[in-house]
Amino acid sequence: MHVFYGTTLANGFMLGTAQYPSPAILANAFKRSGASVATVSLRRESGQDRAGQDFWQLIKDLGVRILPNTAGCHSVKEAVTTAHMAREVFDTKWIKLEVIGEEDTLQPDVFRLVEAARILSEDGFQVFPYTTEDLVVADKLLHAGCEVLMPWGAPIGSGLGLNNIFGLRAMRAHFPDVPLVIDAGIGLPSQAAAAIEMGFDAVLLNTAVAKAGDPAAMAEAFATAIKAGQLAQAADPMEPRDMAAPSTPVIGKAFLA
Amino acid sequence: MKHHINSNSNTIIGTGVAGLCVARALLDRGADVVLVDRHTDAGSHACSWWAGGMLAPFCEGESAEEPVVRLGCEAADWWEAKTSAVKRRGSLVVSAARDKADLARFARRTTGFRHVNGPEISNLEPDLGDRFTKGLFFENEAHLAPRLALAQLRASVLADGATFVQDDADPDEYAQRGLTIDCRGFQAKDKLHDLRGVKGEMLVLSCPDVTLTRPIRLLHPRVPLYIVPRGDGIFMLGATMVEGHAGKHVTARALLELLSAAYALNPAFGEAEVFEIGVDSRPAFPNNLPRIRRDGNLIRANGLFRHGFLLAPAVARMVADLIFDNKTPEVMDETAA
Repeated sequence: MHVFYGTTLANGFMLGTAQYPSPAILANAFKRSGASVATVSLRRESGQDRAGQDFWQLIKDLGVRILPNTAGCHSVKEAVTTAHMAREVFDTKWIKLEVIGEEDTLQPDVFRLVEAARILSEDGFQVFPYTTEDLVVADKLLHAGCEVLMPWGAPIGSGLGLNNIFGLRAMRAHFPDVPLVIDAGIGLPSQAAAAIEMGFDAVLLNTAVAKAGDPAAMAEAFATAIKAGQLAQAADPMEPRDMAAPSTPVIGKAFLA
Repeated sequence: MKHHINSNSNTIIGTGVAGLCVARALLDRGADVVLVDRHTDAGSHACSWWAGGMLAPFCEGESAEEPVVRLGCEAADWWEAKTSAVKRRGSLVVSAARDKADLARFARRTTGFRHVNGPEISNLEPDLGDRFTKGLFFENEAHLAPRLALAQLRASVLADGATFVQDDADPDEYAQRGLTIDCRGFQAKDKLHDLRGVKGEMLVLSCPDVTLTRPIRLLHPRVPLYIVPRGDGIFMLGATMVEGHAGKHVTARALLELLSAAYALNPAFGEAEVFEIGVDSRPAFPNNLPRIRRDGNLIRANGLFRHGFLLAPAVARMVADLIFDNKTPEVMDETAA
C-alpha cells in the first residue's frame, strides 16, 4: 500500500519534471513510467503574473497527482511563500518541502526545515519534507506535523544511490508506520529496487530519467525495477546467512566421503 | 486594413530572424515580398536581437533532437552566403574538474568533436590559460554576430525589391487578400495555443583584457553558460532557460549565476563593464522543434526555440518549397491550432 496523507497511490514511483530536453519528451517519459506522482518546482519569478502558466498546464495535462516542491529555497520565508504559491497554482495541499542549507551538496538545512514544516503544517499543508536519515531530525519533523518523511539517498543529482544504507535501514526500522520516500540521489533502477526491497514506500527521482539519453526508456526501466522491488518486498525475502545452505540434500550422495 | 496588397505578392508578418530568412528564400525564388511588422526597425522587440548567434548544431545535439543537428548544419553556409557576419572558428566545450562527469556525458551525446587536453585548450584560446585540463573541440561549428546579420539581411531583401509596411497586423486579415506567412514568434501565441515562452536572460560585456576567438561553453550541473565573442573585447553571455514567458526585467539570480560562471572562465571578467542586460521569450512548441502550419492562404512558421539563427534558413527553405513546389515540409504540423 502506498498511502500518503490518506491518499492511496497506485505505486511507489514519484517522478520529477525538470531538466527534460522538451515537454514532449517529458510527457513520453511519464507515459512509459506509469509514475503516480509528478513533482514540479516553482520558481518564484515564474509565479509572478503566472508566467509559468503554459508549462504548468503541460504538467497538469500529464493526468497524475502533482506534488509541487520548494526546490532552491534557502530560507523559511522563501519556502513558505513558494508553498503558498504552489497551493494556489496546483490546487493541492501537498508540498514537498526543500530548504537547502549548503550549495555544494544541496543538503537540507534541517533546522529551518523543521521550522518551515511546522508553519506549513499549522497552515493546513500536507508536508513531504526532504531531509537526511538523521533520526532526531525525523522525530522533530513528525512532531512538527509531518506524516511522511523523505530522506535522501545521496545528494540531489549525484546519482550515487543509497549512500548510507545502515542509516536508512535504521530509519525504516525506527519508524515502521511512517510512509518513507527515498528522495534524491538515485541514479540507476537497481538502486530504486534496493530502496523498495528495504521497505521504503516510494522513491522520488528526476535527473536519472531526465538526463538519460533516452528518458522514456529509462523511465520504464525505473518503473520495472520499482515493481520488482515491491513484488520482492511483499514476497517476504529470505534472510542472508553466513554458510551455504544446499537447496538439495547431500547426505547419502556418493561424493560425501 | 489600409494597405493595398498585390494579390501576387507574399506578405510576411514579423521581421525577426524567421521572417527575414523566409523573405530572403522567397525573393531568391522570384517572388514579390511585402514585410510587415509593428516596428519599423530591427530591435529589442524580437528575441533574435538577443540571440547568442552560435551556429553549433553538433553541440545542440546534447539536448536537442536529431532534426536540429541535421537541419542546423545548413546554417553556417547559408548565413555566410547572405551576410558577412559569420566566423568559422569552431566551438569549445569545457568544464571544471569537479564537473567532469558532465563533460563525459556531453561527449557521449554529441558527435563532430575531438577531445582536447590542457595545452591544446590554451593553444586554442590562450586566455583560458591553464584553468581547464579537458575539453571538446567542435571544429566545424561557427558563430555569427546576430545584429549585424539581421541588419545585412534586412538591407539585402529591401534592396532586392521587398517592401516594408509598418502595421500591427492580424495575419488572418492579410490572408484574406493573399498568401501570408506568420513569422511573429512568441507574439503569435494569440493564434497558436500550444506555443509557450521559454525565458532567456543574457548580458553583453565589454572586457578588452580578455580575448576569445570562438564560443566557449562552460558545462555546469546547475548553471551552464556560453560566452560568444563579438570582437573588439565585446562578449555575449548567455543564457538562462526558464519555463515561462519573460517579464520586462532580468532577475538578480540570473545575473549572479551568469556573472559567476563568467568569472570562473576567466577572473578578468570581474573587471568587465556591463553594456547590456537582455531578457526575452523564446517561442517553443511542446517538442521544442519548429513547426510549419498551413491553413489556406495562411502559413505559420514558428517554434524556433533557442535555435533561431540555426534553424531559420532550413525553415525558410521549407516554406519556399511548400509555396512553390507544394512540397510538404518535414516539420509540417497538421494539428489545428
